[in-house]
Amino acid sequence: MTLLEVTDLTVSFPTADGVVRAVRGVSFGVEAGRTLGIVGESGSGKTVLTQTLLGLTPGADVSGRALFDGTDLLTLTEDQMRNIRGARIAVIFQDPLTSLHPLYRVGWQIAEMIRAHDKSVTKQQAHDRAVELLGHVGIPRPDRRVDDYPHQFSGGMRQRAMIAMALALSPSMIIADEPTTALDATVQAQIIDLLLRLQQESNTALIMITHDLGVVADIADDVMVMYAGRAAEKAPKRDVFYAPHHPYTKGLLESIPSSSAAGDRLRPIPGSPPSLINLPSGCKFHPRCGYVLDRCLAEEPALRPVSQEGLHSSACWLPLQAAGLGERAEELRAETVREGRGEAAAEVYEAEIEALGSEGSVAG
Amino acid sequence: MSEPRASTGTASTPAVAAGDDLVRVENLVKHFPVRTGGLIRRTVGQVQAVDDVSLSIPRGKTLGLVGETGSGKSTFARCVAGLIPVTSGKVIFDGRDITNLSRGAMRPVRREIQMIFQDPYSSLNPRRRVGAIIGDPFAIHNTATGAERKRQVQELMERVGLNPEHYNRFPAEFSGGQRQRIGVARALALKPKLIICDEPVSALDVSIQAQVLNLLADLQRDYGLSYLFIAHDLEVVRHVSDSVAVMYLGRIGESGPKDPVYNSPRHPYTAALLSAAPAADPETAAARQRIILTGDVPSPIDPPSGCRFHPRCPKAEAVCSQQEPPLEAKAGDVATHLAACHFPVQAGENLAAAGRSELT
Repeated sequence: MTLLEVTDLTVSFPTADGVVRAVRGVSFGVEAGRTLGIVGESGSGKTVLTQTLLGLTPGADVSGRALFDGTDLLTLTEDQMRNIRGARIAVIFQDPLTSLHPLYRVGWQIAEMIRAHDKSVTKQQAHDRAVELLGHVGIPRPDRRVDDYPHQFSGGMRQRAMIAMALALSPSMIIADEPTTALDATVQAQIIDLLLRLQQESNTALIMITHDLGVVADIADDVMVMYAGRAAEKAPKRDVFYAPHHPYTKGLLESIPSSSAAGDRLRPIPGSPPSLINLPSGCKFHPRCGYVLDRCLAEEPALRPVSQEGLHSSACWLPLQAAGLGERAEELRAETVREGRGEAAAEVYEAEIEALGSEGSVAG
Repeated sequence: MSEPRASTGTASTPAVAAGDDLVRVENLVKHFPVRTGGLIRRTVGQVQAVDDVSLSIPRGKTLGLVGETGSGKSTFARCVAGLIPVTSGKVIFDGRDITNLSRGAMRPVRREIQMIFQDPYSSLNPRRRVGAIIGDPFAIHNTATGAERKRQVQELMERVGLNPEHYNRFPAEFSGGQRQRIGVARALALKPKLIICDEPVSALDVSIQAQVLNLLADLQRDYGLSYLFIAHDLEVVRHVSDSVAVMYLGRIGESGPKDPVYNSPRHPYTAALLSAAPAADPETAAARQRIILTGDVPSPIDPPSGCRFHPRCPKAEAVCSQQEPPLEAKAGDVATHLAACHFPVQAGENLAAAGRSELT
């Protein structure tokens, strides 16, 4: 059963410089017990997207629908939202140092959160529950550490405390926004392990927002790749990694230094992500795309299924079969480019090559 | 690919011709005193940030330094750059002992050792124009003025992939990747021999990260630069380095040419780090036996006795808490592949299982 069903969510912020179009028509669903990984670079809209679901983007123009267990999150009043946020949908943020209050004891903060949602719980009960939760997420000697201040915790322990807080009210969905980015590799492994274990225990739905494809490969069931406020590609995990259709997904995968290509040159995506105030015409990725066609300059492609089962979809004008990193897909892409690239698109492509050339990536 | 420090013999100590190395660090120690507050500031302890570290960087090569927060890798870099005095040990740069030189004596050496920092937002003064920022090294070392300085700055900008016409812009007008290019241009200005890169791409998006890594590779090829490359991303370090050193709590756990260290790590900590690194490939991720280390890195004020890794090590035995293991080549390894462990990891050994049994 789909726990969260988001349809055509659009979020924009009016600013003095113009309208920032942070999220433009994104649809997705998350089921209980499954993990959706949302991948994208800075400014791709991944954080705004989830914060809007939780009513944390005041001042934004929001449209679309987000049905959570039958309730449209976007129409709730602040009071109604307060009952859902924390209790039904919990959030884990990137930086555990800034998301814990430095002047209150860790255990008090967890207890406070429990009592805020259920006044019938006594202080002692809430405190005991905090100890139990801290133990559950692997804090050693939780009965003593519960009275520590956040600065007495290491980074990994703070993130565990945040997870304990997120679990406090047994939510049916957890949104984790870059939960391991600020942590060291061995601690990151501990936290991912913990999240997976907790999810299996309680059948929670998890939305994992990250820029790290490695984390996604580890933890996600389904993946949505975002670019400039839209879903560029959406698929079960294996398809994204082994049969990417969108050139942006392909570019991301090729940018990662991986063991197979050690010592070789990396293949970066030229340029940088567009300004969300002043978006390019047509497909928003076209100024950085190696397969740009004339059509891409004028029309923005919609997300459409590219596999037979319909689970894998991509927002790109390349033919459906042009998915994957293999030679055949590459030939198909090259052929499409020969047919579909006129003068206008050729000019865009020249500029990309030049951008790479000025980095010394292309000889001469 | 050539090994950076090809060994000439089978001796247990690395046989390195001194002339090959641009930088040689011998038994470097850096302790920071811990003082009480109050009027009389008594020293009550020492943060043993770097403890007896010896490493070398061959000319034109890259040494990757890996370690977690608090392992002492940045302190090590600062000692090499002469930014902080060392407690004991030696830093030999280009055949010359530069340990604790006076400010005046250090000045000419500083031109040859430059740094690139992690955060391209806080390492550039937001109120100064890019031309002035990149031109600073020329001004400080008085090597070019006026129109000549401007010409050289614009050449540098072009070299690192910035538009020279943006000479008069402020850092805020550039993206993160472009700002890191500004940092690279500033580091290149005085034609250094060594560039210390302290997490140079950690703050950048993946697609931009690759652009900057390619730029660094091109500059190394064209100018014969040596890099001391500090990062926590093991795949990035593997990509750029010729040799690597793994630090844990101020000491070197393992060091050597890249391939043997990555392919057959001997120190359990190296093995754990490698197994913990996220792999952007679902099959690798699923097949991998992750070694989950328990606990956190202990305090460097009061490091564990013996091997500093023993409280978290899945293989630790009694001797590990009593005797510090020497950093040496293990049986069957190339002479330059060193590990400090009493019970080095054997090929095919399953540490993940060992770690698990200890957890439960």
